[in-house]
Parts: sequence; C-alpha cells; structure tokens
Amino acid sequence: MMLNQETIDMIRALQDKYPERRSALIPALHVAQAQVGYLPVEVQQEVAALFEIDTSEVNAVVTFYDMFFEEPVGKHLIHVCKNVSCMLRGSDELLGALCHKLGVKPYEISADGNFTIIPSECLGACDRAPMMLVDDQVVGPVQEGQLEEILQQAKAKRGHPCPILMNEASAHE
Amino acid sequence: MNETRILTQYCSDEHQCSIETYENNHGYLAIRRALKEIAPDNLIEMVKASGLRGRGGAGFPTGVKWGFVPKDPSLPKYVVCNADESEPGTFKDRLLMEKDPHQLLEGVMLASYAIGAKKAFIYCRGEYYESIRKLEKAVEEAHAKGYLGQSIFGSSFSLDIVIHVGAGAYIAGEETALLNSLEGYRATPRLKPPFPAVEGLYNKPTIINNVETLCCVVHIVNRGVDWFQSIGKPKNSGPKIFQISGQIKNPGCYEFPIGISLRDVLNAAGGMLPGRKFKACYPGGSSCALLTEKDLDLSMDFDTLNEHKSAFGTASIIVMDDSADMVKVAWRLMEFYQNESCGKCTPCREGTRWVVQILERIYSGKGTLYDLEVIDQVCKSMAANSFCPLAVGAAPPIISAIVEFRDEFEAAIRKSPHEKSYADMRMAYPYQKNTKRLAVLK
Repeated sequence: MMLNQETIDMIRALQDKYPERRSALIPALHVAQAQVGYLPVEVQQEVAALFEIDTSEVNAVVTFYDMFFEEPVGKHLIHVCKNVSCMLRGSDELLGALCHKLGVKPYEISADGNFTIIPSECLGACDRAPMMLVDDQVVGPVQEGQLEEILQQAKAKRGHPCPILMNEASAHE
Repeated sequence: MNETRILTQYCSDEHQCSIETYENNHGYLAIRRALKEIAPDNLIEMVKASGLRGRGGAGFPTGVKWGFVPKDPSLPKYVVCNADESEPGTFKDRLLMEKDPHQLLEGVMLASYAIGAKKAFIYCRGEYYESIRKLEKAVEEAHAKGYLGQSIFGSSFSLDIVIHVGAGAYIAGEETALLNSLEGYRATPRLKPPFPAVEGLYNKPTIINNVETLCCVVHIVNRGVDWFQSIGKPKNSGPKIFQISGQIKNPGCYEFPIGISLRDVLNAAGGMLPGRKFKACYPGGSSCALLTEKDLDLSMDFDTLNEHKSAFGTASIIVMDDSADMVKVAWRLMEFYQNESCGKCTPCREGTRWVVQILERIYSGKGTLYDLEVIDQVCKSMAANSFCPLAVGAAPPIISAIVEFRDEFEAAIRKSPHEKSYADMRMAYPYQKNTKRLAVLK
C-alpha cells in the first residue's frame, strides 16, 4: 500500500462532497500525488479501488491533465509560462537561464532532487510577465538576477504542492 | 479616460476577502433583497432585460440561458461557475476570485436561486492555488454565518457551494468538456444538443456561467436594470474588465464600460513601451483575429468586433509592438492549441500539430512559399470541421497574422534555399515521442 490512512480519509471525505462519487476523482488524484510525489501505476490502482472503477479509467484521467505526473518529478515544480504574453516579455530567455542555472532540461529532475522545470501554457498572470509558478506561488515579473533567491525560498517550503486544502474536507458538509 | 470600477471597486481593499468587510461594502444585500422581493422568474426576466452577455468569451445573453432551464421543481438542477480561466492573455477571473471572493459567491447564490438549484459548483483551474484558498475560506465564512446551507436568510432557499479543482486543461473551459471533467472524466466536449440547460451535470439541467458574468448579476440586482443598461452600448451593456498584456507599459486589469475604443484602453495601460510603436493586438484572448493600427478607434464590444471578423472574447488584449516577430507569435500560439487539443476529433488533433510543424519549419528558415497556402487550407478546414470551438478559435490568430504581416512570413521563407519548391512533407509527420517521459527515463 502506498497511500497512507490520512490520504485515504481525505479521499473518502472528498467523495462525500459530490452527488456522485466519481466527481471527486481529480481532487483525489491531487491528494494522492501530494503524498507520493507522483502517480505511479500502483497509486492509480489504489485510487481506482477507492472509486470502485477500473485502473484504466483512472489512467485515462491521469494522462489527460497536465498537473498529474506518471514519472517522478522534483520536490518543487517551477512552471515557466511560455505563452505569447510572457514570450513577448522574455520568457524564452528566462527559461533558458533557469535551465542553465540548474543544469537540467525541461522535465528533468535537478541533481539534488529539488526541482523540475516545466514550460507551461498561459497561467493567467500575464500582468506579471514573464511569470513563473513556483510550487503554489506566482512570481513575476521575474528577472534573471532574482532566480537564485526564488530557488532558495522554494527550497524552504514543503514541496509537492496540492491545490486541495488539506483540512478542507472536514470543514463543512 | 478614467476607469469605471464596479466589479473591481473593492479589489484594492486588502480586507475585502473577509466576510465582514464585504458586508460593510454593501455585500450580500443583493441576495437578501432577491430572496425577499424578487421571485425566481422575475430575477431571470431582470437579467434578460439588463442585456447581460456572458463574459467567458461567447457573449451569449445570460438571462436567455437561464430561461432554458425546465421549470419542473422535482428535477435537481445545478449551477456551475466556470473559473477554468485558461485563454492566453486572460486574468480577470483570478483577480475577482483572489480579491473579492464573496462577490462571486453572491453571484452564484443569485443564479442558483433563479433556476432553483440547491447545489452549485465553482470549477476553478488547478493552477490557481491562491484563488482556491480564497474561495474555500469564503465558503467557510459564509457557512459559519448561515449564508450557505439551509434556510438562507430565513427563506426556504438552501444552497451548498463546492469549490471543485481542475488539473490543467484549457479545453475544460468549454462548457460541456467542463461537465465531463467535473464528473471525473477526461475533459472532452459533448455533442450539443441537448444543451446543458436541459441535460448537463449528471444529465440534469445545469447553468454554466463565467466568474465575471455572475459578479455582474450582483450589481444588476443591487442597482437595477436601467442602471446596468446605461453603461456601455445597446446590446453590449455593462462594465467589463479589460486585461492588457504583452508589450505595453503597464499590463493589468482595467475596468471600463463595453464600447470604449481600443486606443483608450491602450492609453489607460500607459501606452507603448518607450521608443516602441504599436504593431498589432489580439483583442479578445488569443482565439481571434489580429487588430492593427487601422483598428485603433474601433469600439471594443461584441458586435463591432464580430463585424470586423475578430472577437471581443474575454477582452484580453495581447499587445505586440514593432519589435515582435509575428512568425514566432503564430508558431507559439499554434503550439498552444496543439498542446491543448483534447484529441477527440481528427481535424483539430491532426490540424493543429500539422500547422505547428509548418510554422516551426518557416521560423527555422526551411519554409516554402507553398507552406503559406497549406496553412490557410488546414486552418480553414480545421475550423469548419471540428467538433468544438477550440479549433474554430485556433485558425483566426494564425490566418490573420499571415494576412496582415505576409511580408514577415515571406522574409523568413526567403532565408530558405527551397523557397519556391514544394516541401517534401505535405502531410504532418508522425507523432514525436513524449518528451515529458523521455526526459525522465534518460
């Protein structure tokens, strides 16, 4: 078993929020990924069991959405927006500088296991172009000189960000 | 021209997220009034009369949409707020959710009351961590005060709002794809009809409205239909948050009545960067045709921009100045549509990546003049034969860039030794291996 009891309880609580249990599948995968760091087949199987659906159904969802990872990723995710508004403000150069600094290509894990850089589509903060999403935090406009500080600040955090609030499931309902 | 701040009036108040401040700033008056004085059908009529058009891009009249919901009280009905804001250049919903989440909750409550829904969902894109935190806290506060739950404000109206978190998919913003995603499936669009108002979430009548649309409803109830119609233009009434990004001095959100000129919006954002000249802009997110200098005095509204073969969309203006490389812009945008195509229908899945490959070739100096014809053909047939609006939106930004700036594309092609020949690759070459996995496995 890869999922711990806390995660399983969270998933069950999420299921209760919806008229139909299956609606909680995406939130549940977020929670599972926050615990494990990514979604290997074993985790997909366990989630499938909690929803009483086939693993292939879970896999279809995992492979569709950009925020789910079937392979390990760094502890901290850095999404660098590459869409037009950011591109016009120098995001390509920023992405290059960040990759160079960490000695990685996009999607690789940095040698210390801390970071994975993901070139991303528009993240809805074009007023801060060129922007990055560092774990759960929007930063921008980013200048190359700020990268070191941004990386250091990220390292101090938990990592494996989860958009589902960890204590929300029991908050109401 | 000064801003007309209605939806964003309190967005600069750092305490506006708390329910106390929201109420001090006239919050939750609209829903109180509606529950006491306005019958659900009359509320629908009010929204119809206001002329409010959907702010998510399509501009469909909101009241008319609400009117499609069957009246049968025994049927469960749902309101879903579309907060999957992913159109390039669009960031207004983030502002509304992070700075004034209770305004949105009140809008959701009004819509739910109007159509008789007891459960509502706010589908927020997963990357909006801060919006999700703010919304969850707002829902908690509203529950604690009894503004959500049973017998709201002493009436017979009950409502629960669930904040639903997506996981990164532009197509989930298409309303039927959003429903599939909310039901726990891949976000692929559904055939219409039946329209969601008749058969939507869990096959029950469902209203799907954008964040900004629902926020507008609060002010229609508070200040009346005539007031709302007095803002903007006939058939294009109300305030609108314009988002300006790209090569402009002060990118950001600016609220104006619909119908302001493009020039005035650009000036509000401080004009061009020092020493640069305006070249072009996408006026409504990326899924529309370019506007150029000759269009600066156009009225920014749904109908005018439609007449000019572009679109008002989400009023997200992406500005390019004389330093912008239009071949690269077109390439980058088509890459976006390729990445975000859900793969359900062939014209979109194959067409987008075919055009990406051609644009990449042109950009790297290996294009041919015939390539421009192929792009035109592929874009047009893709737009005409696809299942949902994604591919319809993918064509105009590219075609218009080639029409308006053909000389730039030809200059890039002239770098190629094969400019006059036919490319040996008239069809798209096979799928590349998944770079995401490849990188990790190495």
